Amino acid sequence: MMVFAAAGQEAVQQAINALALGSTYALLALGLAMVFSVLGLVNFAHGELVAVSGYAMYLLHDAGLPFAVQVPAAIATGAIAALVMQRVVFRPLRGASFITLLISSFALSVLVQNGLRAIISPRQQGVPLPDFFNESVHLGPYVIGWLEIVTLASCVIALIVLTLFLRRSTQGLGMLAAAEDFQATRLMGISPNRVIAAAFAISGALAGLAAIFLVARRGTVDPGMGFMPLLSAFIAVVIGGLGSLSGAVVGGFVLAAIEVTLDATLPGSVQPFREAFALGIVVVILYFRPEGLLTRVSEAK
Amino acid sequence: MSQRLLEIDDLVVRYGPIVAVREVSVNVDRGEIVALLGANGAGKSTILNAVAGLVPAAAGRLVFEGEEIQRLPAEKIVRRGLALVPEGRRVFPKLSVIDNLRLGGVAQRDRSSLDAVRQQVLDLFPVLRERSGQAAGTLSGGQQQMLAIGRALMSSPSLLLLDEPSLGLAPIIVDEIFQLIVGLREQGTTIVLVEQNVHRALEISDRAYVIANGVVDREGPSAQLRASAEIERAYLGIGVSA
Repeated sequence: MMVFAAAGQEAVQQAINALALGSTYALLALGLAMVFSVLGLVNFAHGELVAVSGYAMYLLHDAGLPFAVQVPAAIATGAIAALVMQRVVFRPLRGASFITLLISSFALSVLVQNGLRAIISPRQQGVPLPDFFNESVHLGPYVIGWLEIVTLASCVIALIVLTLFLRRSTQGLGMLAAAEDFQATRLMGISPNRVIAAAFAISGALAGLAAIFLVARRGTVDPGMGFMPLLSAFIAVVIGGLGSLSGAVVGGFVLAAIEVTLDATLPGSVQPFREAFALGIVVVILYFRPEGLLTRVSEAK
Repeated sequence: MSQRLLEIDDLVVRYGPIVAVREVSVNVDRGEIVALLGANGAGKSTILNAVAGLVPAAAGRLVFEGEEIQRLPAEKIVRRGLALVPEGRRVFPKLSVIDNLRLGGVAQRDRSSLDAVRQQVLDLFPVLRERSGQAAGTLSGGQQQMLAIGRALMSSPSLLLLDEPSLGLAPIIVDEIFQLIVGLREQGTTIVLVEQNVHRALEISDRAYVIANGVVDREGPSAQLRASAEIERAYLGIGVSA
């Protein structure tokens, strides 16, 4: 009896971990999907938006500024960095082929990483967070970390605000329209430059928000810190269906659920191959749903 | 206010090395329905796309309401009151009917009239009111065409460009669309119509231009062209592609 109760408790704890991790993936995947849907660009420099936002937190912490300042700064840094990327790199490439854009985003990623290495340091830098994040709440038999609660709550709020913006505001509606038919959106009198800039700004702000939770989890920043989250986000986007915004969110949670379940169930000796198992499951999903989970075949172009 | 609403002067459009339109001149006066006719690939749609700003003019002038617009992007041209209903309707399939109309209203110059204009459009197409919450992609082809026209009307354009509005529709729906076009003109909208349905287009238009291989092959009052088309078909076995 005790064993079963413990197993149930364990499952609930794992589910909460999966939700917190999944919501971070969802933010990143949503940003990727947003830029992809309006521009047809898979932005591999998206991970570097996480990195620069993390470094903004580090620099502000170093300057003695409190966490309450670091949080908005991280989000703003992500948004501004994304706008700069789009203006300096992607706008001159408007109309270039998919491959050109892809390779350019890779180059940009390498450039930013090495910039951080050269200007700040190639080594990890500590970013201690408020003690609050290490504490837990006891809800009946469950022990839930504040970090998990805050992560999940912030991500849910961000997703709700974004959904309202996209559905209710004219600017947001224009972005949804541009994702469906870019030329027809111009015929409505909507400027493509504004739609693209808005997509980048939002994707950057979401990356900045995700960076806060990733830094909180690790307690450090380093120049390559954006790579693994980007990879996860990219897989999430593919699971959900490239270009589908809701699919990206669902894909983020599905991927996190797979990872957390494998973490909890795989025996220690095969743990190092966790990624291989996770990607194997993704391959199986895509075998049955090649267009992604949320894309109906009829919608796929 | 001058009678001349749109003037296309020696328009040239190139797609890379291919010249799609070579020195075409077309005039449209206020209150007219002008038809552009011709075979598939003759360059009719390209002319409309150039006027709407979707494809650049390699040479020539486009004058709308007395001002040159050939250098303006599509999103600025529609805000001046020149709306294109593109070929294939191009509604936003995942967005609701009402959201499609909202997007059409972005280019409305008189913001305070938006609600009234939306009511007018919904009165014109009662089926759109019934289905206002439905995704546009779930509508039938005819309903999507009505939505595409309604969406363009949301900006209260003085000039409406219609690219193949009858394409792929059942004859009874085609009747409805053509009646609607006549009705729009009666309400003061000037219309340029690209059609493959030559006879229907000549019936409702005042004047027509026949485009072949990117040039104006002939032009004139629709009644006259209709007579000559009948003659050609009867005696030579070739029509204007009827």
